[in-house]
Amino acid sequence: MSRRPHASGYFRTDYGEDLALLPTRLERWALVGLLVALLGLPLVASPFLIDLGAQVFLAVIGALALMLLTGYAGQVSLGHAGLLAAGAFTVGILFKEFKAPFFVTLPAAAAVGALLGVVFGLPSLRVRGLYLAVSTLALNFLVAYLGGEYETRRGFSTGIVVDPPSLAGVSLSNPKAWYVVLLAAAAGTLLLCANLLRARSGRAWAAIRANETVAETLGIGVASYKLLAFVWSSALTAVAGALFAYWRGFVSVEAFSLFLSIQYVAMIIIGGMGSLAGAILGALFVTLFPYAIEAALGTFARGTAYAGVLFAVNAAAFGAVMIAFLLLEPQGLIGLWRRLATYFLLWPFRHRPAGGGRR
Amino acid sequence: MQLAVNILVLTAIYALIACGYVLIYRVSRVLNLAHGELMMLSAYLLLWTASLFAGHPLTAIAAALALSALVGGMVYLFLLRKLTGEMALAAVLTTVALGVLLRGATVLVWSAQQQYPAQPLGASNSALALPGGARISVWAALLVATTLAVYAALFAFLHWGRWGMRMRAAGQNPLLAAQRGINLHAIYALAWSLSTLTGALAGILIALDSGLGQTMAIIGLKAFPAALVGGLDSLAGALLGALIVASAEVMLIHFVDPLLSEVVPFLVLIVVLMNRPWGLFGTREELDRV
Repeated sequence: MSRRPHASGYFRTDYGEDLALLPTRLERWALVGLLVALLGLPLVASPFLIDLGAQVFLAVIGALALMLLTGYAGQVSLGHAGLLAAGAFTVGILFKEFKAPFFVTLPAAAAVGALLGVVFGLPSLRVRGLYLAVSTLALNFLVAYLGGEYETRRGFSTGIVVDPPSLAGVSLSNPKAWYVVLLAAAAGTLLLCANLLRARSGRAWAAIRANETVAETLGIGVASYKLLAFVWSSALTAVAGALFAYWRGFVSVEAFSLFLSIQYVAMIIIGGMGSLAGAILGALFVTLFPYAIEAALGTFARGTAYAGVLFAVNAAAFGAVMIAFLLLEPQGLIGLWRRLATYFLLWPFRHRPAGGGRR
Repeated sequence: MQLAVNILVLTAIYALIACGYVLIYRVSRVLNLAHGELMMLSAYLLLWTASLFAGHPLTAIAAALALSALVGGMVYLFLLRKLTGEMALAAVLTTVALGVLLRGATVLVWSAQQQYPAQPLGASNSALALPGGARISVWAALLVATTLAVYAALFAFLHWGRWGMRMRAAGQNPLLAAQRGINLHAIYALAWSLSTLTGALAGILIALDSGLGQTMAIIGLKAFPAALVGGLDSLAGALLGALIVASAEVMLIHFVDPLLSEVVPFLVLIVVLMNRPWGLFGTREELDRV
């Protein structure tokens, strides 16, 4: 992981310090503060905000998984919705057919996700770039079709209803409880991703993304590490899908359209490629975006019937924002932040010292 | 017999759409995933010109086609040109975003309801009886004829036309082409215009035949496998790819399951990508292959 220098200089003396997730005391306290704030939020916030928080945490899990695959290992996927659908349908089917409990369905969803990860990843061993994007797109349609087929064949054409799971004897039907569970899941995913990235696997993925031939020459098993990236990413995504199924209490193939895949890709672009913080920012941005649009419409077009066109306004604005980021700020929100931080770090100077500046 | 006619019509639809993907990819190595949406936009433009030139159906169609070609050029000039030199993927994602934008915008302007541009044009849609008991609608027959004409024109243009030759040169080696004095931006803009124009022909004829709604963008996306099966940089390939995909789709729908309609093209796509990723007639070296 690349690190920006701290204002006072570069004082690390061993690799352990280089690998530390939170190297400074300030960062550790900031994390504690953030956690307290996030955990305290449900005590004061309205039900709407709590629901929004849960949505953001779900999106964060999916975006982190996609960032692992696309932002770090460099493998493009347009089939993210298919993987979410796979996780959700694993829960739905196991619940409907076998009345399977929470602690069975979640690992099952992860296993299905991992298996699909291999399937999604196999084309990546033969094709790259555009062609890989297209093959994952095709698999997205395939998974959605299988889900739809199950729904119609079994007579759940409107969707599968899933009862809330019970955790340690307590039924998880309370939004506040869900908020905490999803926060924990998102935090766990973040920790897992950060650890994967600072271990051997992370360095191997960085090498593969930079140059496959060089990576192979360095003794990295390109095929196996690519598959590993697909497996981790897909398993995490499927778990996100499974959590989504339980949280919504309802599984239907309509929820997993191509647009959802595009939204996840937009999250990592808008957030900033190659940064876990970027994935979180992007998930936050894309999840809150429709609500911001709705609020803006409510303010500017008060009284007019905008509800019918809300989806259309949303899609149009979303496309425009995505284009704006791609054209104007390819580094995403995290790029904006870094530029700002660098500005203040170097102030009153405008540029790094010539020749000697450590990046 | 009806089955054969169905296959023929679907082949024509896919082929007419697929040549748009091929044109842009062959010339600029960009995959335009907004092609379906651009095609839908063209059909909606016809709806507008039809009300503008009421009583002159041919003028309305010509105006819609001209506008579409203009839109295609604009998309290149204002969006894709800015991405010159960036990762190929950024360009693809930009077209994806453009597609989302266009879907939203068309609903905002023309509403999401199914509409029939044939009505304001005063055109009827009668069915022709073919020998063997099969039937084909007038517009579908016109679509087949248009596809043949467009392919013939494109072949002639690319092989003998001065600008067509420049387009092929730009596609083969942009650097050398630019050194030779070919204006690459003009060539790329022309490719986008032509591609959108062929897409507009498809969109307009489909809309006249069976109405116009948001599903048209999906038809556009389903034609993409046809382009890829034949090889993304080969026009002849697109024709054959369309035939393969359309036959597979019609047969499977008829004999196995109507629900398969949405996925058949993508199943074919996966099979081809696994075995022969550069397609039937595609250039093997061109493929960014591992």
